[in-house]
Amino acid sequence: MRPTRIFPLGENALTVEFGDYMSESLNNAALNLAEHFDANRFPGFIEAVPAIASATIFYKLYEVREAFPEFATAFEAVKYLVDSAADDLLDEPLNNERIVNVPVSFQADAALDLQFIAEFSKLSVANVIEIFTSRIYRVYMLGFLPGFAYMGIVDEEIAVPRKASPRLIVPKGSVGIAGQQTGIYPCESPGGWQVIGRTGMELTDALGGPDSFHFHPGDAVRFINVANQ
Amino acid sequence: MSLLIQKEGILTTLQGRGDFGMQRYGINPRGPMDATAARLVNLVLENDENESVIEMHFPAAQIVFEKACVFAIGGADFRASLNGNNFDNWCCVHAKATSILKFEERLKGNRCYLAVRGGIALLQVTNVSIKTPSSRTNQLRKGDRLVIKDESADSASVLNRRISRTMLSAYSRFPTVRIVAGAEYDLLPDEHRRAFVREIFTITGNSNRMGFWLKGPNLELIGGKEMVSAAVTFGTIQLLPDGQMIILMADHQTSGGYPRIANVISVDLPLIAQLGENDKVTFQLIDIDEAESLTIQFERDIQRLRIGCRFGRYW
Repeated sequence: MRPTRIFPLGENALTVEFGDYMSESLNNAALNLAEHFDANRFPGFIEAVPAIASATIFYKLYEVREAFPEFATAFEAVKYLVDSAADDLLDEPLNNERIVNVPVSFQADAALDLQFIAEFSKLSVANVIEIFTSRIYRVYMLGFLPGFAYMGIVDEEIAVPRKASPRLIVPKGSVGIAGQQTGIYPCESPGGWQVIGRTGMELTDALGGPDSFHFHPGDAVRFINVANQ
Repeated sequence: MSLLIQKEGILTTLQGRGDFGMQRYGINPRGPMDATAARLVNLVLENDENESVIEMHFPAAQIVFEKACVFAIGGADFRASLNGNNFDNWCCVHAKATSILKFEERLKGNRCYLAVRGGIALLQVTNVSIKTPSSRTNQLRKGDRLVIKDESADSASVLNRRISRTMLSAYSRFPTVRIVAGAEYDLLPDEHRRAFVREIFTITGNSNRMGFWLKGPNLELIGGKEMVSAAVTFGTIQLLPDGQMIILMADHQTSGGYPRIANVISVDLPLIAQLGENDKVTFQLIDIDEAESLTIQFERDIQRLRIGCRFGRYW
């Protein structure tokens, strides 16, 4: 799959964009490109960061210039490497898909904005919960907070916009909606997403390290209403 | 034992060079706000340039050197004194055992760095608070102690060294900062592109290690488009829905969904990092080729400094 554009993010990184919307195939391309550079590191490579429909490659400009003197800039050199990799880039899923079940309480004390979501969507609370839990979501990326998973795609019927001004404190485990994205706050934090429920699931351990995060891009996620268990 | 934090000051932290490799999990590299100052104070001491430094704001920490050592201060000028005697930034200074380092007055800049010959590491944390992964700070508290990692590092050879002025960033309360165009720069109409590089922007009081909020004329994109989140970095300038800009700093979030209209070039990041509330800034747009050349030139200067230090040819 070919990128739609490649642009500098400062002079030590570039972003490869495959599109500007949430879609599994664009996300697969972003994940596969990041994977490609993890497996085929070039001199000066720092890290590849996959996002919803793009991947950003961070590099040490000085080392890239030394290793690729035939290019006028490090940007051109890394862009060339991206273009070469893109020829064989698949938008098929990686082999790491797992299904993760997330128990969620939709009780009023946990579901801070459920009433608002219902009013905004002109649906009953029960309907909102039904619509929300009937889908399987995909983890598109981690970001914002350590271990925060951006998931989609939320049914348009309940895709409420972010709060006009963010809450100063969103409790740990809150499940939020922002447009067609949903996500879980791994820790207490300020935040503007509309809180539909809360999970008791631990999403990170405090020690850090790649193995300490519960979600990975590409995971499939199912929200289970604890009241039905 | 070696260094004792006797008074903690405002937001005193221990900063390594920055740990890359975890941004895909939402963990940013952190590191010093003024990374150049942190490198230079290490280099003048002949440390590895990535050794941890203490980053201070004013009012700054008061630190006791429990053992004799050689150290250097750089970045902001907080009128440092050792046992009551003032000394210059960017110099190697010898501290006798039980000497007290104080900072008396904020003369210039907002972030000051302390490095010690042999490197430092945190020994004892008095106030452990790992409530959440995001509060994973390296904040130093009263009573914390730091050890010198390599006490055998020869100190006499580096004494009286000083960084050449030509290596230092041109700190100012009203700098012109060079930027390269970001992904959404093209969506700025001509008159707003002109305003971006012609008008004056003021640093507001909301500014911190995560980002600097600017106050200036409103900028708007043509056909304000809805974006999906993507990676951002230290120096990314985002345009907020209210028309104002934010410059992402060392503790920025790893991803964002606001338009990225520009990035501050890395050699000019220290100029931003040393600004405080009500300081002002103007921007100058350059192309990526020039930005890369400036970084390359700077890295060559650093390399020369490193070699010069090693062979005793200092300036």
